[in-house]
Order: sequence, then C-alpha cells, then structure tokens
Amino acid sequence: MRATKNGDKILTGLFWLMALVIVGILFSIITYIAVRGLPGISLDFIMQPPSRAGKEGGISTTIVSTLYLTAVALLLAVPLGVAAAVYLEEYSKANSKFAWVVNLTAETLSGVPSIIFGLFGFVFFVIFLGLGWSIISGGLTLAIMILPTITRTAQEAILSVPREYRENSLALGASKWQTVYRVVIPPALPGIVTGIILSIGRAIGETAAIILTAGSSLNMPLSLSDPARTMSVHLYILAMEGISMERAFATACLIIILIIIINYLATLSLKGLAATK
Amino acid sequence: MVSVKKRRLTSFIVLGLLLVMTGLIGGCGNEEAAPPDDQNQNSEKLSGSITVAGSTSVQPFSEVLAEEFTKIHPDVKIDVQGGGSSQGIQAATEGAADIGSSSRELKPEEKSGLVESTIAMDGIAIIVHPSNQAGEITVEKLKDVYLGKINNWKDLGGSDAPITVVCREAGSGTRDAFEELVMNKESISDQVIIQNSTGAVKTTVAGDEKAIGFVSLAAMDQTVKALKIDGVEATADNVKSGSYKISRPFIYMTKGQPEGLAKAFIDYVLSDEGQAIMQEEGAISVK
Amino acid sequence: MEQQKEDDGYMNKKAESITRMIDIPYGLDHSKKRYPVRGFTRDKLVEMILMLSAAIFILAIIVISIFIFARGVPLIYKVGISDFLLATEWNPTKGMFGIATMFVGTLAVTMVSLLWAVPLGVATAIFMAELAPAKIGRLLGRLVELLAGIPSVVYGFFGLIVIVPFIRENLGGSGLSVMAGAVILGIMILPTIINISRDAIVAVPLEYKEGSLALGATHYQSIARVILPAARSGIITAVILGMGRAIGETMAVVMVTGNSTIIPNSIISPVRTMTSNIVLEMGYASGDHQSALFATGVVLFIFTVILNLIVNLSLKAGKNYASN
Repeated sequence: MRATKNGDKILTGLFWLMALVIVGILFSIITYIAVRGLPGISLDFIMQPPSRAGKEGGISTTIVSTLYLTAVALLLAVPLGVAAAVYLEEYSKANSKFAWVVNLTAETLSGVPSIIFGLFGFVFFVIFLGLGWSIISGGLTLAIMILPTITRTAQEAILSVPREYRENSLALGASKWQTVYRVVIPPALPGIVTGIILSIGRAIGETAAIILTAGSSLNMPLSLSDPARTMSVHLYILAMEGISMERAFATACLIIILIIIINYLATLSLKGLAATK
Repeated sequence: MVSVKKRRLTSFIVLGLLLVMTGLIGGCGNEEAAPPDDQNQNSEKLSGSITVAGSTSVQPFSEVLAEEFTKIHPDVKIDVQGGGSSQGIQAATEGAADIGSSSRELKPEEKSGLVESTIAMDGIAIIVHPSNQAGEITVEKLKDVYLGKINNWKDLGGSDAPITVVCREAGSGTRDAFEELVMNKESISDQVIIQNSTGAVKTTVAGDEKAIGFVSLAAMDQTVKALKIDGVEATADNVKSGSYKISRPFIYMTKGQPEGLAKAFIDYVLSDEGQAIMQEEGAISVK
Repeated sequence: MEQQKEDDGYMNKKAESITRMIDIPYGLDHSKKRYPVRGFTRDKLVEMILMLSAAIFILAIIVISIFIFARGVPLIYKVGISDFLLATEWNPTKGMFGIATMFVGTLAVTMVSLLWAVPLGVATAIFMAELAPAKIGRLLGRLVELLAGIPSVVYGFFGLIVIVPFIRENLGGSGLSVMAGAVILGIMILPTIINISRDAIVAVPLEYKEGSLALGATHYQSIARVILPAARSGIITAVILGMGRAIGETMAVVMVTGNSTIIPNSIISPVRTMTSNIVLEMGYASGDHQSALFATGVVLFIFTVILNLIVNLSLKAGKNYASN
C-alpha cells in the first residue's frame, strides 16, 4: 500500500540535504583556498618564473610544465585506453578469458598507490631506460596511472550504448569498424570524457610520482627530455619545506582555475562532437 | 542555441589560444631570466648543464645558489631536484646526477666512491606553540619527553595537559641529528605523532597548544616559538660557535673528485659569495 | 494502434540517423564502392590494434609486479612472513619490520571513509540523475568535478588546519586520528564515486523507468527497485575505483592521521596506513629498510587484488542470482 506520500517528501528532503552537504564541503574547501591564495595571484605571478626557490617571482615555468606533462600523458593514455575499452566491449568474445584478465588487471592497476608508480617510474624510466628526470618519464608514468580510469569509464560508456544501434548499423551493411567508429563511440563520448576529466584532475594533482620521475627543477622545460616541476609539485614543496604558504595557496588557486577552464573546454568540445543526434 | 559548428570552432580556438598563451609565457619567462652580470670579476664564461639532486632540505638553498650562479654564467643550466637524501646519494653514485645533496651524515656503506663537501650547517630548533609558558628545556627532559617518560606539561612547569609529541619520519636528516644528539641512541616512543616535513611539523605545532616538535632552524618563523636548550638560545651564531649543540651538516657529494662545471659550482657555493647567500637564506656558513 | 505507429516512427528515425552517420551508399551515391572484402581486412587489422592496446594493461601490470615483487619478496623471506605480517614492532634502524599496525591502519581508515562516502556519493548521484532539476544537476556535476581537481596536498593542509583542530576540540585526542583520515579521504573519493555512479544511472534505458512508473510504482520505488539494480555494475565500478583511490591516497592521509606505529584503539587514535609508511620513509631508506617498504607495497598489491577479486566474483554471483 502506498503510505508513502509523506515518506516520499521526507526522502526528497533528505536527498536535498545531502546535496547541500556536498556543496557545503566544496565551498568550505574552495573558500579556504581562495581566502589564503587569491590575493597572491597577479599577472606577474603567472608570467614570471620562480625566484629564490619560489619565495619570490611567479610560477610561469610550473604552469607550462603542468600543461606540457598533462598533454603528454593524455596523448599516450587516451588513445590506448579507449582502444582497449573498445576491444574489451566490442571485439572480445563474451566469456573470453583474455578480457577477464585485462579487466582484473585494469582494476588492480587502479588500486596501486601513486607512490609505487613513482618508484616504478623512477627505477624503470629514469634509471633503467636512461630517460632521466624528464617530461617523457613523467608522462609515461602518469599515463599508466590514468589508464585504468579512462578504460573503465570508457567501457561503461560503451556498454550503455543500446544494442539496437549496433544491430541496425550492421543490418544496413556497415562493417564492424564502421559501426564502432560512427555508431557506438559518439553516444559513448560523454562517459569517455567524464573519465578523461577525472583523469586530468588526478594528473594535475599528482605529486609524489611526478617528483620521482619528472623531477622538480624550476627551469622552463623546452623538450621532452627536460625535467619539469608542475604546479602541484611546486605547491607541495613550497608548503612542506615551509618556504611560502601564501604562494603555495596562490598556486593552489591557479590549479583550480586551470581545472575549471579545462573542464569547460572539455564539455564544449564534447557538445560539438556528440551532437549527431 | 549556438550552432554545433560554431561551438566546435569556439572550443578549438580557445584551445589554440591556450597553447599560444603557453608559448608566450614560456617565451616571456625565458626572456626575463638571467640578464648577464657585467660587474662580476669572474669573466670566464662557463657553459653546459648539471643536475643537483637529493635532500629536500638542501633543495631551496641549491636553487637560490643555482639562480645566482646562472646570473654570472648565463650559458649554464642547473637543474635542482629533490627526492630525499637517500635519492641524492643513489643518484650521485649511479651518475644520474652530477652532484648529490644530503642533510645528514652518510652511512659507511654509502660512502664508497663519493667525495663529500660540507657546504653549510643547519641548527635544529625545538618548537612549541607561541602561547606555551615553557621557555626552555634541558636535553635530559627533552629526551624523556620523546621517550614517553614525561607526558604531561605539568612535569615541565606548565599546565596539566598531555603533551602532543611531534616527530619526523625515520630516516629524515633532521630526525637523525635529533636522535644522535638528544636521544643518545635510545628509541623514540612509538606513541609519538609523525609528520613527514618541516612544514607539516610547523603547522601541527602552530595549531596545537599542547604540542612540541623540532624543525630546521632555517625554517623558523613567527607561528611557533623556539625553546632554549640547556639555557642556550637557538640562533645561527650559537650554532656556529658550538654552544647550541643540536645541528647537522648540508653536504654535496660527487662521484670521485668534482670536475668541470660541478667543481665550478661547488667552488662557488664554498666561496664568500656563496656562503653569504647560505647565511641569508637561514643556514649557517662553514667559514 | 497508437503504440505501433509510435514505434515505427521511432525506428525509422533511428535508421535514418544511423544511415547519415555511417554514410552508407544506401542507394544514394553509386560512385562510392561497396567493399566487403576490403572492409573485412581492415576490420581484422583494427581488431589486432585494439587487442594490442588491451594487452598493454597486462604488460604494464606484469612489469610493475615484477618490479615490486623483486624488491620486496626477498625481505619477506628474510624476516619470515608471519613475523612481517603479524609483528607489531616497526623499527627499521633496529631491523624490526612488523607491519601489523599499519595493516590495521589501512583497513580502519579505508573502511570508515567508505562507510560515509559511498552512501553519500551514490545518494548524490541519484539526486543529480533523477531528482534534481536539470540545471542544478549539471551545476552540481561541475562542482563535483572541481573537487576532483584539488591537489592532495591542499586537502592535507585543509585537514590539518580545519578538520584536525575540530576533532581535537570536540572529540578529544590530538585531532590527528583515524577520523581525520577518514573524513579527508572520503571527501577525496566522493567525486569518483559520484561521477561514475551518476553516469551509470543515467545510462539505464529510459524504458525501464517508464515501464516501472507505468506499472504504478512511485518514483522512489522505481529508483530503488529498477534503476539502481540496472545500474549496479556501474555503481560497483565507481565504488571499486573509489576504494582503489582511498587505499592508494598518500599525501593527504599522511598529514592528518598522526602516523604513530600503534594499533588504533579508537576513532580518535592516531594511526599509520601502509601507504603512509611507504611515503614517509622511502625518500631516505636504503638497503633492508627500502626492501621492507617494497615488501609493504607487495602486501598492498595483493590486498587490492584480493579485494577486487572478491567484488568481481560476488558481482558475477549476483548476476547469476538475479537472472534466475
């Protein structure tokens, strides 16, 4: 029996409350960072390189490093991750052992602590392969770290595309690849982009693994083999060594602004790509 | 609604602008750095690049020194990395870095093949919350606090409140020195709070009236108060004269004798100018 | 019948849009070739490439596993596996390597954080996908994505300056505790759980909900009994990814949990997790000490694998049960 009109109202109230809690948490953190950090941001801060170990000057080299490193990691991980997801969902047979193993390894990879990736990256890319502390070492390590998230979310997105799309397409004579490329992927793009955005967030916020692989040099990175200090690493060092809390928070503010911009751009281009309906 | 094509175009344009901006910042950044310094007598123009890697405590100092050195020799590039004293030792030994840095004495098994130069001394300050009544402590009592034998402020002349003991992680150069000079090889209690950096220790102590901790003297600021140890105040002069006993060395290491650019840099760091910079940044010169 | 006509229109539109998408020479452009043979070879090539991409995962995991195990397992042998796992004394300078306290620490902090973050996260996802007006749902989505972008160190300091004193003043202890770790960790994994759950819920075909409502169920009943079960695999993915992030998170946890090597006896007791242990000492460790930290990594690794296996298997079992 439906004794639930009031019950429903209470439930709705509860849900709104929870949403408010989330917003409350976010606002308190953002306010905390903004209050301590925004005053330190100026055009100089963005355009000038760091000086006096970061106590003076700006953070221009770190901004470039962050963008450079994230771009490299994404360029490596997104094609690979989406390709893997497509394979797992579209091409592999239903009870394929191979697919099961890949899924398991993807999930396991996502649970490995960042520090382990950092250590692995250091010993394998920096030392063993001789790439040294560099953007390529950091990019490779970062790519491995975000690969599981991208693949997993891409998988879920592809799974959610209704079966009829594929069947209709194949019935009309399209090849498997055409079907995948033109019919399955476009509607799955929102989910894929969610995964990418989550990964960008993680990539930009990563510190331990980056210090161990891309280094922490304050110089401007000009090539893939140059070391680079990202904004998060800079923030970490400034705060941890007690160099300058104000600049640390200013850097944090800039990171958040950068994330906002990237997310906005991602959603924009997403709308452009997926609007085939 | 803006048409799909327009939106796509916009997003690409903005992305492109972002990339151009990146290039601009990169370009401008380079232009701003290192105008040649004509005043310096050292007219020999060095070039090339070296990497200095290791202790995170030494890193800020290395960075300032590298900055000044690059002003004199604009064609030189010095990359300063962190990672920790052990990383520095390993990097120097394996050749991943030209100069390794450490904020602790090297262990016997680490020394093989490495040539060390002590470039500065650093005092270790024992800090408490600024509102804490205690102004000084003896080494004996300090040891008992970290052993867990004394755990209430009233035993130290303060109010009746449990002491929040803050320590650094095992293997930290700062902690090593502390254990050497205060603990006298006895184990620190495992009930203590451990933080993994100067900044975290400072923030913890600055926020807790019942806390006590230790940090590099170079990192001291207004948010915490330093205690006198056996009646001696924690100042750079007292460390240099030896009356303030708790201190540790900053060391640069190279595989074999330093040569070329590495030698030039180490010479610069040990010169009057380099040592003055060390002093300015809060360390204690070895001259 | 009314229904029939509607269906036909729907399918026709679909067919049209698909035709447009793949540009098939469906009687429209005879200059384009039909190439079943060429398409076939290309397909096989594509399949190979895709399979290779998937294989990279396995490759990566194998290499990383070899790396961690090679450095860690010898030490476990040296110390003895029961001593390593069950001994509570961790004193590297004296050669004592028992990680029991930290194993319990990881369990405690992770479980408590999941305890509050999963319900809140899934509920928020439901809210965003089903209950909130579209604009608010999207706004909330943006805000949550923002949370995901904040660096760990910032969370750490936020925890240290806001959460820790709060706990100290209201619950006692020094504030650096299991509770502080669980609160901060929960906040950090919320975006993962919320976003992925929301995507899963949104992906449930509209017909399910419409069918349920048409049969007389309330909105909430539909959510609880139709949509959530259908979205289950996605939600579980969200929880697994969130849990993975929780276990692996280091920076923030290290700053707010106190890192004492004792078994926590209450929620306000300081605690050290296995990952914190690695982060704290790896920068300075060498020799046996370093191997011991890798060994901790081995334990973490196996722990994660087992956890994932359990969830995966129970998922399979659940599916079998449901389809019966």
